[in-house]
Amino acid sequence: MAIDKNKTPEVNAGSMADIAFLLLIFFLVTTTIASDKGLPVLLPPKKEKDALDQIKLKDRDVFKVLVNSKNQLLVEDEPLSVKELRRKAKEFISNNGKNPELSTSPDKAVISVKTDRGTKYSIYIYVLDELKAAYNELRAEQMGIGIEEYLNYDKKKASKDLQEKYEAAKKAFPIQISEAEPTNVGG
Amino acid sequence: MAKFGRKNKTEPAISTASLPDIVFMLLFFFMVTTVLRETDIKLEQRLPKATQLQKIEKKSLVSYIYVGKPKNSQTYGADPKVQLNDAIITSVDLIPDFISKERAKLTEAERDQITISLKVDSETKMGILTDVKLQLREADARKVNYATVKDSKR
Repeated sequence: MAIDKNKTPEVNAGSMADIAFLLLIFFLVTTTIASDKGLPVLLPPKKEKDALDQIKLKDRDVFKVLVNSKNQLLVEDEPLSVKELRRKAKEFISNNGKNPELSTSPDKAVISVKTDRGTKYSIYIYVLDELKAAYNELRAEQMGIGIEEYLNYDKKKASKDLQEKYEAAKKAFPIQISEAEPTNVGG
Repeated sequence: MAKFGRKNKTEPAISTASLPDIVFMLLFFFMVTTVLRETDIKLEQRLPKATQLQKIEKKSLVSYIYVGKPKNSQTYGADPKVQLNDAIITSVDLIPDFISKERAKLTEAERDQITISLKVDSETKMGILTDVKLQLREADARKVNYATVKDSKR
């Protein structure tokens, strides 16, 4: 058993995989993939003490959504299932004055959401999500693209043509969701 | 049929020489994507699901407010609480102060663009959230984002 002195001894790399696995598992466990997505809203400005009353809106231009402390929905004074909310909202926004009970035009249509202090947050998000979906679907329809494509719209990557369309759709269907001060029944 | 007859009993070994490379590749992926948590969240955080998600444009403008039931209910009670940075606060009146501190971290031009991401547990009631929103209006931090996760079923 003479050792060949001209060759450098090889490092055993067999345990390399084990070491790497150990590190991998550590990072797998500690990683929390940051969820930086959500539903953006703009809150109304703070109340001025002697501010004048808001401009009166026509009754037909306001789509009232009420959620009570038992998480039930009352839409335009009628109980409604959450699954129908999106369809109803779309009907309301895109009415363009046809039905005398619905909005006169999309830019005048306002959706008013009122919750109770006892309403569950997840229901509120569900309602908000459905209302946003109604607007987004209408915008996507106008742009002539799918809803998925609309949601994945990225200003930096979009072509000039698409950017113009997006801005036009935003103008045609401005999101006007207003939140009333909540009632206090189930607080 | 002779072709299918067993000729030699020793099975060829699969080479595992490239295994470390594969694992290292995965390792680097996770190392790069990992964000070590800055704050220790003391509240329950099961974010609600939604479909119409939008990405926050500028991450540096975002401050977080957490709302939910405390994990340690013996110290903090079972009612939903608000957490700013590392501490659970007792009164929402401290929020405007927090906002102005967060604002001070930004550059002058960006101050009015501050975005507040509300990370609220889905079991929370609207009452406490309304109080938080009222304080945010008071502090003139009107850009709010409800943190949600993608709902793939709907």
